[in-house]
Amino acid sequence: MNADDMAGALAQAFPGHPDQLSQLRTRLADAAQQDGVLDVAYRVIDSPVGPLLLAATDQGLIRVAFALEGHDAVLQSLADKVSPRILSAPGRLDAATREIDEYFAGRRHTFGLPLDWRLSAGFRRTVLGHLPEIGYGHTASYAAVAQLSGSPKAVRAVGTACATNPLPVVVPCHRVIRADGSMGGYRGGPEAKRTLLTLEEAAA
Amino acid sequence: MTGKPPFESVVSAHGSTVLRVCRAILGPADADDAWSETFLSALKAYPDLPAGANVEAWLVTIAHRKAIDVTRAAARRAIPVAETPETPSTVSGAPGSQAPDRPAGGGLVADDDLADALTRLPAKQKQAVAYHYLAGLPYADVAAILGGTAEAARRAAADGIARLRRSYPGAGAGRAAPPRTPGRATGRPAAPRTASKGASP
Repeated sequence: MNADDMAGALAQAFPGHPDQLSQLRTRLADAAQQDGVLDVAYRVIDSPVGPLLLAATDQGLIRVAFALEGHDAVLQSLADKVSPRILSAPGRLDAATREIDEYFAGRRHTFGLPLDWRLSAGFRRTVLGHLPEIGYGHTASYAAVAQLSGSPKAVRAVGTACATNPLPVVVPCHRVIRADGSMGGYRGGPEAKRTLLTLEEAAA
Repeated sequence: MTGKPPFESVVSAHGSTVLRVCRAILGPADADDAWSETFLSALKAYPDLPAGANVEAWLVTIAHRKAIDVTRAAARRAIPVAETPETPSTVSGAPGSQAPDRPAGGGLVADDDLADALTRLPAKQKQAVAYHYLAGLPYADVAAILGGTAEAARRAAADGIARLRRSYPGAGAGRAAPPRTPGRATGRPAAPRTASKGASP
């Protein structure tokens, strides 16, 4: 047996242990949470608008992302902007998952989750803060939201605020549409926006 | 600007290798604790890891220290035994590392035999073999972990491999060579592997 054979034999003698590894990863997430070093916890849930990435800090939900955005890219951006101490840790997202499931079942019209707003600032943050004032099942134009936000001329900036909403679905930028009644853009794609508005219309 | 990847992808990329290294150094019973301590400690320090650092070498370095801690803690708990380690060492010779009821020979347990044989090597040899052959670190990195020169690390690994060949007579070694049955190349026995020492947690 030469050294390469021995390397192969060693690799075989110490195989991967996928089940055990997955238990260890769960245990790591729990320990990290307990020691206060889990800066961002995330999970991916299924929804009628495709897989949704939910991410939370200890302050609250910080990001909801559609598959269209690329979940890996979103996690990298969280690593860059918030902290690279990021683990898949579904426990912290239990409440968010429950409320979002209820929303998609048509049983929840407003969200009561704690939110971490640090990915949004300035006028964009102001705009997003006003969006919950558009009630479930209703829509408002970009101009109307500009008015609500105290800057009637900032219609384009309202569009940008909606397009960069870090918490879509939960912060209802999907209820902002064009003045002519057409839907306008959406972070999750036009199909997702249509699905959300149709759902709300039916369940309102 | 893109900085460090999320720690989750570090665990995905290196979790399995670090577990194999922990099993090689400590045996299966203590490997879980060492793995957990390693990754929790790595997570804490991760934001301060210099960009461009060799993440696998960094993790193996932490695992090396954690394995020493785990072994020391186990030694404090253990009942003293007459058997002494082959070399005075902080890592090798954990009590109970001999499996008295291990069947002699037999192809199906050959991998467990080799795993046991590695776990019983003198510390430096075992570490050099594990870090080079299982983790794939170059000898310069192994030397940085163990202290000493890359040449010394290479020698320790070579000595370890030579000793493994003696305690695990592989192909061409003559006596009691385990037959390489067709199944061995691709699959493993379906029966659960039994821990060779201690009680599993």
